[in-house]
Amino acid sequence: MDLLNALVVLANFVIIPGIAYGSTLALGALGITLIYGILRFSNFAHGDTMAFGGMFAVLGTWWLQSKGISIAPLPTALLVIPFAIVLMILFLLFCDRTIYRYYRKVKASPIILVMASLGITFIMNGLVRFIIGPGERRFADGTRFLISARDFKAMTGLNEGLAIRLSQVITFVAAIIIVAALFWFLNKTRTGKSMRAFSDNEDLALLSGINPEKVVTIVWVLVAILATVSGTLYGLDKTYKPFTYFMLLLPMFAAAIVGGLGNPVGAIAGGFVIAFSEIFVTYAFKKFFGYILPKDMLPSGIIQIISTDYKFAVSFTILVLVLLFRPTGIFKGQSI
Amino acid sequence: MIKIENVHKHFGGFRAVDGASLEIKEGSITGLIGPNGAGKTTLFNVIAGVLPPTSGVIKMAQTDITGLPPHELFAQGVLRTFQIAHEFGSMTVLENLMMVPGGQTGESLWNTWFHRKRIAQEEAELKERALDVLKFLTIDHLAEEKAGNLSGGQKKLLELGRTMMVDAKVVFLDEVGAGVNRTLLNTIADAIIRLNRERGYTFCIIEHDMDFISRLCDPVIVMAEGRVLAQGTAEEIKRNEQVIEAYLGTGIKNQKADGVNV
Repeated sequence: MDLLNALVVLANFVIIPGIAYGSTLALGALGITLIYGILRFSNFAHGDTMAFGGMFAVLGTWWLQSKGISIAPLPTALLVIPFAIVLMILFLLFCDRTIYRYYRKVKASPIILVMASLGITFIMNGLVRFIIGPGERRFADGTRFLISARDFKAMTGLNEGLAIRLSQVITFVAAIIIVAALFWFLNKTRTGKSMRAFSDNEDLALLSGINPEKVVTIVWVLVAILATVSGTLYGLDKTYKPFTYFMLLLPMFAAAIVGGLGNPVGAIAGGFVIAFSEIFVTYAFKKFFGYILPKDMLPSGIIQIISTDYKFAVSFTILVLVLLFRPTGIFKGQSI
Repeated sequence: MIKIENVHKHFGGFRAVDGASLEIKEGSITGLIGPNGAGKTTLFNVIAGVLPPTSGVIKMAQTDITGLPPHELFAQGVLRTFQIAHEFGSMTVLENLMMVPGGQTGESLWNTWFHRKRIAQEEAELKERALDVLKFLTIDHLAEEKAGNLSGGQKKLLELGRTMMVDAKVVFLDEVGAGVNRTLLNTIADAIIRLNRERGYTFCIIEHDMDFISRLCDPVIVMAEGRVLAQGTAEEIKRNEQVIEAYLGTGIKNQKADGVNV
């Protein structure tokens, strides 16, 4: 019984949050890795692109809520996501045509594109705060829990509860669907193959008659989908707050690099590696060990490896270790 | 067919191509030879739209094609291969060939979902064509192999195969023979001749192997220090004093005197 209780504690506080957070990071890292692989620069604006997409979803949800439209028990935001994606596609293509295209034309070095993306980060950041404000915005509705802690206890008779939020399940399912669709697209369709060809060898792709602008457009469409979905679902799961997305940038980049930049499989693996390490290292294991260790062996502390205040140190440490010992990442991406 | 008029390409103070003017006649197999650093590959890059020329004009049948990006040149039938063979390493040989040509129906997001049938039909035709090409190049047993695993010579063949997936007009081959053994070189030479005669491809070939050049090319153009040094048939070139000085070396003259065929 104690062992079961211990496992439930672990599942409730580490595994389920880890899966949800990992899915968000994986989707984010996929966007970063696609841009790195095909447009060949590190897009620092990706965090704020997610915030921007999330903002469209929040505004749309509020509007629908004011009209009394809902798809309960599912959150209304799901209904809005496709429209938010369309707006994001237009917005990202506008950014590309006005800013990035020029630097591609003059064949600027990647660092200049990175700096341009940093500029776009600040512009997006400012716009989001201007439009929706810097504070927390709530837009979640529908059923909150699939299984609440209390129900779980009543159901199983265990001391510990296991809560699964609907938003966590949606995040995970959405990540699976999107990843499956993306891989089908990249491996089976002609468009996906020309993107892979472009990522593999740009010169040769051009000399095979592949139109680079077409490939670039498709990359931005995919990035808009990935960023809007992950941005909205992250907001749904926590609350929507523009600043948090900028803070996601480090773990997302760490995920992309750990998995191997430019490699989509790596981005997903990296997302889960980072998410689980972060949660594992910052979780206080006192309760867990309370069930499996005899009373007199239990230490008096809360058995937390590092404080949650330092959670970014986890991504950073993993990043440094990977760059030192395996610069191409787990799945052999491009070395940086 | 292709006319290059006074093309310059400077990298800072270094004049890689320094006023080259030459013409590639329709239906010819033109050889481009010269010492290392003569500017041959740079000239290719300028023609192929990889590098913009510092000055000068490149014309194809009276139309100006200077500075067009590679994929647009491709659409006009101007193709090239690389000195060091390029391939999409993570794709199979067949997929590599089917990547060419651009502008397929399946290349737009919309069609990917809504014109599945047309795409399938197009891909089936492409596949057939690709298999024919592989058979022509005698590497059809490698169709499902990852292109990254091929040998250097087989990669060269694959590059040549890429040019056969469309009806090219002019094909620029950058050292097709480099690192290729004799037998394979003969296969490549046969392929070039057949493409030239049967399908009317015009070729321009950079090559260091004089046997290969004399067998295939007429005329032969010699470049040195970014300019055209001489032009003529292979035999004329071998006898040209300037060329011997700059490129072929005196060995060839002595051999000639001894009556050794080179």
